[in-house]
Amino acid sequence: MTATSATRAEVCVVALAECFRGDGEILANPIGTIPVIAGRLARATFEPDLCVTDGEAALVDNDAAFVAPEDRVLEYWNPYRSMFDWVWSGRRHVVMGASQLDRYGNQNLAAIGDYARPTVQLLGYRGAPGNTINDTTTYWVPRHSTRVFVERVDTVTGVGWDRAAALGRAGRFVDVRRVVTDLAVLDFETPDKRMRLRSVHPGVTVDEVVAATGFELVVPDEVPTSRLPTAEELRLLREVIDPEGAREREVPTPA
Amino acid sequence: MTGTAADKLISVEEVVARLRPGMTIAIGGWASRRKPMAVVRAIARSDLHDLTVVTHGGPDLGLLCAAGKVRRAIYAFASLDTIPLEPHFRAARQAGAIEDEPLDEGLVHLGLQAAAWRVPFLPTRVGLGSDLLRDNPRLTTFTSPVPDADGEHELLVAMPAIRLDAAICHLNVADRRGNAMFLGPDLYWDDLMLQAAPTGCRFISAEKVVDTAELAGHGCLHQMRISRMMVDGVVHAPGGAHPTSCEPDYPRDEAAQRAYADAAASPEAWAAYRAEWVDVPEEEYQRKVREGR
Repeated sequence: MTATSATRAEVCVVALAECFRGDGEILANPIGTIPVIAGRLARATFEPDLCVTDGEAALVDNDAAFVAPEDRVLEYWNPYRSMFDWVWSGRRHVVMGASQLDRYGNQNLAAIGDYARPTVQLLGYRGAPGNTINDTTTYWVPRHSTRVFVERVDTVTGVGWDRAAALGRAGRFVDVRRVVTDLAVLDFETPDKRMRLRSVHPGVTVDEVVAATGFELVVPDEVPTSRLPTAEELRLLREVIDPEGAREREVPTPA
Repeated sequence: MTGTAADKLISVEEVVARLRPGMTIAIGGWASRRKPMAVVRAIARSDLHDLTVVTHGGPDLGLLCAAGKVRRAIYAFASLDTIPLEPHFRAARQAGAIEDEPLDEGLVHLGLQAAAWRVPFLPTRVGLGSDLLRDNPRLTTFTSPVPDADGEHELLVAMPAIRLDAAICHLNVADRRGNAMFLGPDLYWDDLMLQAAPTGCRFISAEKVVDTAELAGHGCLHQMRISRMMVDGVVHAPGGAHPTSCEPDYPRDEAAQRAYADAAASPEAWAAYRAEWVDVPEEEYQRKVREGR
């Protein structure tokens, strides 16, 4: 098995795992299939002290991402209420989804259209205001499109860099780290914290990403290609963490 | 002279009879997990109206919206877990049929805690920078009167107490006096909801009602999180969380939940669902569930 045989989903997993690099002993709380797999991969390789949940009320030590309740290796009882202890004390890095995102990483999960009478009611504010004002946040967008990447989000549920700056000291814990999509990796490592194209996944062009983004991205002269999984990462993914291949159902590899 | 300990065992109908139109009612559980659906169904059948519902929303909120009982929702999300968005709540919002008071999940926690502790608000930074402060005018900011670790007086949000008129939760096992245990993975916010509600209108339903002496044998000490000091009425409601999950007694009934969700497709679909699954006595509902309809 060679690294060049990696699927698009596996490239996404590695890109999300990389978001946890340097986090140390905190709660890595990825939400969604590929993010959950990515959290397991980061812990199984370069971030061994990360804590992860079983998706319900426990922190677990398993490398396998999806295990039967009786097969869990339990570390801690973590009911929903305990989550706020981690969030509010700054010991969590969440990976959330986004129905809309703008160039500063403001996120909308709540509703499309006028909030008072939305055309489409979505999930609600959920935990996004508290997550983003307190902790590092990364976004996972499985289908990069101009529907998600918009000039202006209809409702700001998750706080972006411009609003954090406007808050001054009160926004000091905001850290929108990266956005990983099925096409690319984006970050905010620019002087004015505007979204930048960090890398494109193998087989994707810069023009494709720009066309699928509804605002002007910061595009460096040289855009690297997202790194491929190592042979050991591929083995872990395919044999230990996600042997059933749930990752491939979330992001199919283009023909 | 010797007093007699209160026996709080009542029927679902008695719970509904103690509620009033316009009340603010907290409903326990989380999304589509351990929701007090037997009582929720009874509210849906009742003459109650204009309710404000405080919930980590699931089919409790959706069913009451569909039945026209909700004036206002105080919530952070509404989901059926395996069906990510609550379709009946969604329809009500998109039709402009209900007032919306959005919160962050953690703000729900603080608002209930403030009410339980009888303080007007609790401080937090949750909400700063987001549109919550635009969409929920009850949230206000203030400058901390107390310096932080760096000597700065920082900007904070005052999360106001969520003042309740009633609370309703479903537990795994209870006694007739109102002590109860959760036996699944999570208590959610049930104890705080009961503590935040006023004496006289704090209700639990339970899968089993046992003698106090037998209660502890159903689990372990730290699962004994509902005290009779928090409870005014106990309903024996086996299957009372159906179709939501009530671990370890039963998992979510996905087929039944699907039928409920599909009923949001049209007024006709809702009328048919309502006739079969809401406008029937709870005993008949449970019999139909047992018999696979």
